[in-house]
Amino acid sequence: MHREAAPEAQSIGLKALFLGFSNIGLSGFGGVLPFARRLLVEERGWLTAEEFNTLLGLCQFLPGPNVINLSVVVGARYRGVLGSVAAVAGLLGGPIVIALGLALLYDHFGSLPIVQGMLRGIAAVGCGLLFATAIRMGMAVKEKRFLLPFTVLVFVAIAILRWPMPAVMVGLLALSAGIAWWRLQDVAPR
Amino acid sequence: MSLLADLFLQFTLLFFVAFGGATALLPEMQRVVVEEKHWLDETTFIHLYAIAQAAPGPNGLVVTLIGWEVAGLPGALATTLAMCLPMSIVIYFLFRHWERFRGAKWQQAVQVGVAPLAVGLVFSGATLIARSANVGWAGAAVMAATIALNLKTKLHPLWYIALGAAIGGLGLV
Repeated sequence: MHREAAPEAQSIGLKALFLGFSNIGLSGFGGVLPFARRLLVEERGWLTAEEFNTLLGLCQFLPGPNVINLSVVVGARYRGVLGSVAAVAGLLGGPIVIALGLALLYDHFGSLPIVQGMLRGIAAVGCGLLFATAIRMGMAVKEKRFLLPFTVLVFVAIAILRWPMPAVMVGLLALSAGIAWWRLQDVAPR
Repeated sequence: MSLLADLFLQFTLLFFVAFGGATALLPEMQRVVVEEKHWLDETTFIHLYAIAQAAPGPNGLVVTLIGWEVAGLPGALATTLAMCLPMSIVIYFLFRHWERFRGAKWQQAVQVGVAPLAVGLVFSGATLIARSANVGWAGAAVMAATIALNLKTKLHPLWYIALGAAIGGLGLV
């Protein structure tokens, strides 16, 4: 829809950034990325679809929470450091207040059997959602034959052997990226 | 080292390896917070995960709740800042250069290579939470139904949370 040039010159104030990202944070349950895309690309046109994909690529490439990284980038693009602060504060402010409110309730009523039961139920459902996410992510992996074994290795190292994650990630990423490099060469020689 | 400084340090270290976002970090968070530092017991950790699920916002918010339970409001601030600040500074200085490398082969290789690892991490997180939540056969059935529904339909996530709370509140899991 927004195929025209990036609204680089378009002036977006700190308040607009804060409110826009509040909107994203508060409407997202179980992951806010789809909401971020809808607001930034389709509703406000702050980013073109292509810019969104490129920036998301960066945010997923780097460690850290993807949506927070994305807020930093969008805020910085329009308003520098203050823009980043406004965007992240907007994204996290409302949800933090709600989550801490729930935590306060938990501190007072967490020992009640009915609350324990509800939390157990939510945890069970939450696990199901995590498994579904993992399955979906797994289906999107490229070069499955060569790379899905790494999923198994990570699972064994992290879930069964309980090895520390930094060492596991650095070691396996070197190998899997190496294989990806080799496969890319095979498929699309440059 | 003071508790707050240690919280900040541990979560900063955690997020420097958080490929795949906060969800993929759950197993490592549990290892550090429950098994290594004994800041929380296993049940509280699972409860905080459930509370974060029930609130809107990014998945990383469970980090704020962990800080809150360990050291109150200052703790919540310490862990939240540790989650946001270090990577934000890195990305702030990096993003303008990113476009230049777009499509570079090393970039593609890392992007393709990191994906299966992130999948393994999310599987690990789900497995560990399932194991610690200790929900029995009924819970396993709820989990399986959630997976099937989520893969086949576009039901809003809030429905799952509400259903889970109801089933649990009635003492069925």
